Amino acid sequence: MPIVKFEKQNWETGLNKLRRAYRLCGPVEDKGFHYFKDLGEAELPDFGCLNTRLSAKGIVYPQSEDMFEYSLDETLDDHHVMKDVQKDYSPRIVLGIRPCDAKAVKLVKLNFDTADYKDPYWLRAWEATTFVGLACDNPCSACFCTTAGCGPYHEEGLDVLLVDNDDHYMARVLTEKGIRFIETAGWDTTGVDGASLIEERRAAAEAKIVSHVSTDRLRGADTMTLHAAGIWEDISFSCINCGTCTFVCPTCWCFDIQDEVHGKQGKRTRNWDSCMFPIFTVHTTGHNPRGSQLQRVRQRFMHKLKYFVDKYDQGIMCVGCGRCVSQCPVNIDIRRVCELMNDLPAPDACAAQE
Amino acid sequence: MEVITADSARDRVEHVENPYMPYPVRIDEIVVETEDRNLKTYTLVFLNKADEEAFTYHAGQFAELSLAGRGEIPIGIASSPVEKGFLKFTVNKAGVVTTHLHNMKEGDIMGVRGPMGNWFPWDTLEGKNVLIIGGGFAFTTLRSSIISMLHPANRSKFNDITVVYGARTPGMLLYKDELIEWEKRDDIDMHITVDATDDPDWKYNVGFVPPVTEQKAPQGDKDTYAIVCGPPIMIKFTQPVLEKLGYTHDHIIMSLENRMKCGIGMCGRCNIGKELVCKDGPIFTLDQINRTPREY
Amino acid sequence: MSEYTESIREIAKRLLETCSVEMIIGFRKGTVPMMNEPHVIRNARDTGDLVWDSNCGINLANYLTDRKENIGILAKGCDSRNIVTHILENKIKREQLVIIGVPCKGMIDKRKITRMFNGEILEVLEDNGQILIRGNGFDTRLDKADVLQENCALCTHRNPVIYDELAAELVGEQEDIDRYEDVRKLEAMTTEEKWAYFDDLLKECIRCYACKNACPLCYCPTCFVDESKPQWVGKSQDAIDIRTFHFLRAFHCAGRCTDCGACQRACPVGINMRVFTKKLEKDCLDLFDWEAGMSLESRPPLDVYRPDDPDKFIK
Repeated sequence: MPIVKFEKQNWETGLNKLRRAYRLCGPVEDKGFHYFKDLGEAELPDFGCLNTRLSAKGIVYPQSEDMFEYSLDETLDDHHVMKDVQKDYSPRIVLGIRPCDAKAVKLVKLNFDTADYKDPYWLRAWEATTFVGLACDNPCSACFCTTAGCGPYHEEGLDVLLVDNDDHYMARVLTEKGIRFIETAGWDTTGVDGASLIEERRAAAEAKIVSHVSTDRLRGADTMTLHAAGIWEDISFSCINCGTCTFVCPTCWCFDIQDEVHGKQGKRTRNWDSCMFPIFTVHTTGHNPRGSQLQRVRQRFMHKLKYFVDKYDQGIMCVGCGRCVSQCPVNIDIRRVCELMNDLPAPDACAAQE
Repeated sequence: MEVITADSARDRVEHVENPYMPYPVRIDEIVVETEDRNLKTYTLVFLNKADEEAFTYHAGQFAELSLAGRGEIPIGIASSPVEKGFLKFTVNKAGVVTTHLHNMKEGDIMGVRGPMGNWFPWDTLEGKNVLIIGGGFAFTTLRSSIISMLHPANRSKFNDITVVYGARTPGMLLYKDELIEWEKRDDIDMHITVDATDDPDWKYNVGFVPPVTEQKAPQGDKDTYAIVCGPPIMIKFTQPVLEKLGYTHDHIIMSLENRMKCGIGMCGRCNIGKELVCKDGPIFTLDQINRTPREY
Repeated sequence: MSEYTESIREIAKRLLETCSVEMIIGFRKGTVPMMNEPHVIRNARDTGDLVWDSNCGINLANYLTDRKENIGILAKGCDSRNIVTHILENKIKREQLVIIGVPCKGMIDKRKITRMFNGEILEVLEDNGQILIRGNGFDTRLDKADVLQENCALCTHRNPVIYDELAAELVGEQEDIDRYEDVRKLEAMTTEEKWAYFDDLLKECIRCYACKNACPLCYCPTCFVDESKPQWVGKSQDAIDIRTFHFLRAFHCAGRCTDCGACQRACPVGINMRVFTKKLEKDCLDLFDWEAGMSLESRPPLDVYRPDDPDKFIK
């Protein structure tokens, strides 16, 4: 795919042209932290941000999303019948998504786009979106993307990868959507020779990643052995069962479906849910298969680092963005857990040989 | 890398059916099944003929019953695919949705989403002996199975069919009229039992399901499969009986329950290990269950 | 306060070796700057894992709820007051506990410090009332007094109110502290101004419930936000439901909250929900002359009826 180049002085003009054809969305700062939002007229994305506090997953998969609406008024012909909710699936561009968050979108797609069922809300929002990534030249100390199947210049899930280079951007155009983005902005679509520059920059950025995880033995590990391992009490002791790790995670996709009624008008909504919450799995009888904090913490890590690995053969369900590491209120660290899990098969194997 | 043109992909997505959209149905009949009035059987009729045709299912599957304003609840399908024109669900009054459903009346409109999950392994069971063990109100998909197996078009596909079904009292048995009819037939070996009764006219078994199974069930062998659905306590004590009778774990078939929302493997709460009970299950062999974390 | 670490390890070792307790609840060193992890030690040989510094802001009383073991627990002033409340509310028995009092000089505000620098902070150390901060493009010292968590800056009970061991000499309590300047500002607002303020305050809430789950008072088996029969609040991002959660939680903590700051510290999006609990704390002080968790001898004012209870607010 071609590499194109455009001057930063043409950035704003280009965005203004794009605004006529697309909704624009990007990171902005509020109260000292960055988050993704729809950009207002003349509002620019803040590319100075290291990473947003919440991931970009909410762009395609909002925390609360109405699915259906209905009337309970029995004088109407179609009372109690679910109706689709009108939504805006017009073309949209997310500007400045980091490669980790883009790769996460690709992983989440495995859940919502299956051979048997397609989630129409997620897929239509995803399809309407052009993902314009911003390569990461200053990864944080908690980032471990390079050993989590990703990297600061990773391209999976992106339509365009922007590389900030002094007074201009180098853009690696990865898809048809990406070509349309460059064309609509009116930037020069003539390919330039930038491969070696991007390659050098990538190597430099990757060298700045100081934090790593080992995942090589997870796939070969025995599920029941990992599940029964003695590591979980130590890992889970401090957990307070909040949903922070799952809500800030770009790859966590679990949700709840709720009906809410005001007067005679009702709607069915889906909301992010969390395997850390005790009521996530509780049966009507009161029985809870994951009633203890240990069981819930184990579920989260087993899902990310074992069940997902086995089910899809696409690596771990983590892109190494480091958000859960830096935002967990009690400092439960997935990097440490991953090492413990990856190391676990070894002593057992040795014991068997003795 | 896959290159998708926006338009072609968007077309593809727009034509996808919405798996969260329930089919509208009307409650055609409500039958109180048990003496404690906590179990009612709902016969549901599709409002649109096309929906009925789209809802093709197998015995052992479940569906999400949808009540506008209350939510959804996964319930095993009690009717059989050989019964046309309606669906039947037997519902225990327990939570928010089922309590509201128990207050609804014939003629009311609700929704059904499905069918969902896998089904009993009918291909594997062809030419085999089938032992069905049920307890309490977990007899719904077993009713569906028995109706299907006894259908003239299907009966010859199976060898011996043996049923052990127990409830606390005679008044707590589901589908009593049908049970009595099956009892009279010679192509199905019925063993109805109750934990206890003071009814002097009770002419069937008295005793818990596990010991009745031990007395009445055929020996296990490679051509005999057991399907077990019931409360956890029944399953716990039936398993050693089946092992004693010679059933291997890959010949013991069970239906699991877990809290569910989406029913299509996406919302993430019903997993046991990497298996999703709603989509990869709810039917598993004991052998499969042994290889997954016991989180159900 | 990092000098406390050695004495804490010694006490913990002795308590475990003499079987005075089955476990010690404390902190181990965190994996990221300005964080430590609540941690349990069951073996005397592991006591070297225990640490103490200005990043031990999580309230450890939260880890005592309904435990059956004999436990040694580290307790700052606020933790100790929550332990008192736990004992009064039958969530733990006094005789199960060996309380290792930690006279506290305040915890530092991770979020405030993060906001002071443009680049990422890589290492934070402390040295005699100073905080040493090294990051991408900076290496500097700050006075700890300038970067305390707000609740610590306003704290008037730094010493544990109940203890069996002490990790260090008691510290002087802060005098002439005006605890309620922010509450008075809030009280002076018009209704419209209050709503605008609350809406801005809560607009980032993602309903992760870190605030209530970090709170030692929030031990209900099922929180009202999770009840389904009846369902009190909706579960979406509806602003009214979010407000309802925060308001009701604050009311449920009235007369029990020690302003330990665990809620605000735990919040991943930096909401200062302490303005709600502090308003009710001030009301309890004004109306009942009450400070939570100061003594095992008296019950919280909303737990008991007294004929002379003020009632002017009942209309």
